[in-house]
Amino acid sequence: MSANSEFPYLGDGDVVEVQRGPEPGGAGGAYRAFGETLRGLKTTMARLIEGPLTIEYPEEKTPVYPRFRGRHKLHKFEDTGLEKCVGCSLCAAACPADCIRVVAAENIPGERVSSGERYAAVYEINLSRCIFCGYCEIACPFDAITMGHDYEMADYDRENLIFTKEMLLAEPIERTPLKSEGE
Amino acid sequence: MLPIADTQMVEATWVMILKSVVIFAVIFGILPVMTVVERKLIGRFQHRYGPNRVGPFGLLQPLADVGKLLGKEGFRPKNAIPALYVLGPLLPVLSGVLALAIIPWGDVQGGVGLYGIDVPIGILYFFAVGSIAFYGLLLGGWSSGSKYSLLGAMRGAAQLISYEVSMGLALLGVVMMAGSLSLVDVVHAQGEVWYVVPQIVGFLIFMLAGFAETNRTPFDMPEADAELVQGFMTEYGGMRFGSFLLVEYMEIIVVSGVAAALFLGGWMGPGPSFLDPIWMLAKMFALVFLFIWVRATLPRLRYDQLMSFGWKVLLPLATLNVLVTAVLVVVT
Repeated sequence: MSANSEFPYLGDGDVVEVQRGPEPGGAGGAYRAFGETLRGLKTTMARLIEGPLTIEYPEEKTPVYPRFRGRHKLHKFEDTGLEKCVGCSLCAAACPADCIRVVAAENIPGERVSSGERYAAVYEINLSRCIFCGYCEIACPFDAITMGHDYEMADYDRENLIFTKEMLLAEPIERTPLKSEGE
Repeated sequence: MLPIADTQMVEATWVMILKSVVIFAVIFGILPVMTVVERKLIGRFQHRYGPNRVGPFGLLQPLADVGKLLGKEGFRPKNAIPALYVLGPLLPVLSGVLALAIIPWGDVQGGVGLYGIDVPIGILYFFAVGSIAFYGLLLGGWSSGSKYSLLGAMRGAAQLISYEVSMGLALLGVVMMAGSLSLVDVVHAQGEVWYVVPQIVGFLIFMLAGFAETNRTPFDMPEADAELVQGFMTEYGGMRFGSFLLVEYMEIIVVSGVAAALFLGGWMGPGPSFLDPIWMLAKMFALVFLFIWVRATLPRLRYDQLMSFGWKVLLPLATLNVLVTAVLVVVT
């Protein structure tokens, strides 16, 4: 696989050389008028033969990298089913856009929600303010919040963009293809 | 029964009417397809798909476009001259339709000539009606009462006088070799060798001038959408704008048709004679493809470059071509 299999017109090197025609006037001018014109026609014809590179978006999606920072996800322990979030609000503190709101509550023995002493009674992310920097993910001491791969979050109403804990905990619909190895 | 013009063959009136209707219908059926094909091709030239959303393969795109244009307000600027403003888009349509008449689609078959009309002054007729299109452009640009339109119209006028001469001279070589101005006779004269071989210079000059005549890149000076915001069409909207656009395609068809008839052997090709119109169409569309290819490739020339190219390169070249052809025709 060559370096530029996706963009064959760029050549194999890392650097695309600037191509200059001859100076105007005299024989160079004649070459510019005819030779360069033919060269231009050849260039465009080669593009026609290569065929379109378009990714037809709503039907086809650009694959994202595994570390792509899309919509957030909240996690539960797979064995116990308890929420990983303990309501410490470190994510809210780290958030530069100030879009996370956490209200913590004490766990009552018998009906535990999280593994820690406390849990997040309210956990909201205002996605219309979020800048997808991923600081919340870094700040979280229990890996309770991570960034997912979903980037299709447009809505007609701003209120719908405030994601509650239930929405963030729900298994997200994987609408976005992941880049395969080596892509 | 009186013939409409001094034609070389007399046909019944109803035959002529039928022929005109068929030619008109076929060409006007092709025009919308051409707009899609051009957009799709331009897209492919740029690694894109082009329109492919409306209907199968985007083929219904022109329907959507026309529907949109028809729904628009018939706007007229306050300081436009009403009659001329309306006349502007009509003249080019008239000119295009008239020019269609002389394109030969085939020889006389079963007593019917497969062409609109075979006038003995075919090429002159082509120039005469072809130039009327520029009147529409000039009138439209001037009567819009806008400086962009006026600039576009002025450029159109300047372009016309610098290219029409070379175009005429380029065709003189063909006329001298064939000894006739009738397009049908010129096609007959190409039985042995297509004129694109001996008249390659004439062909190139004719095509270059054809690009200027149809206001296509790289000579789309009157439109110049980047500098003059569509030039003479700036103040037009709705279907008037649409007819300017459609006429551009019609002119491409006409110029391609004339070039195919004069240089590429017209309807000649292998196979039975009923394939003749198909051959003509195929040659025409090869040239139409060239128009689109060039549009996808070359940037617009600067105004002064265009002028100096027309007067300093094309005109002497065309004159030289005529002289050499004349000498050769006399000698051989």
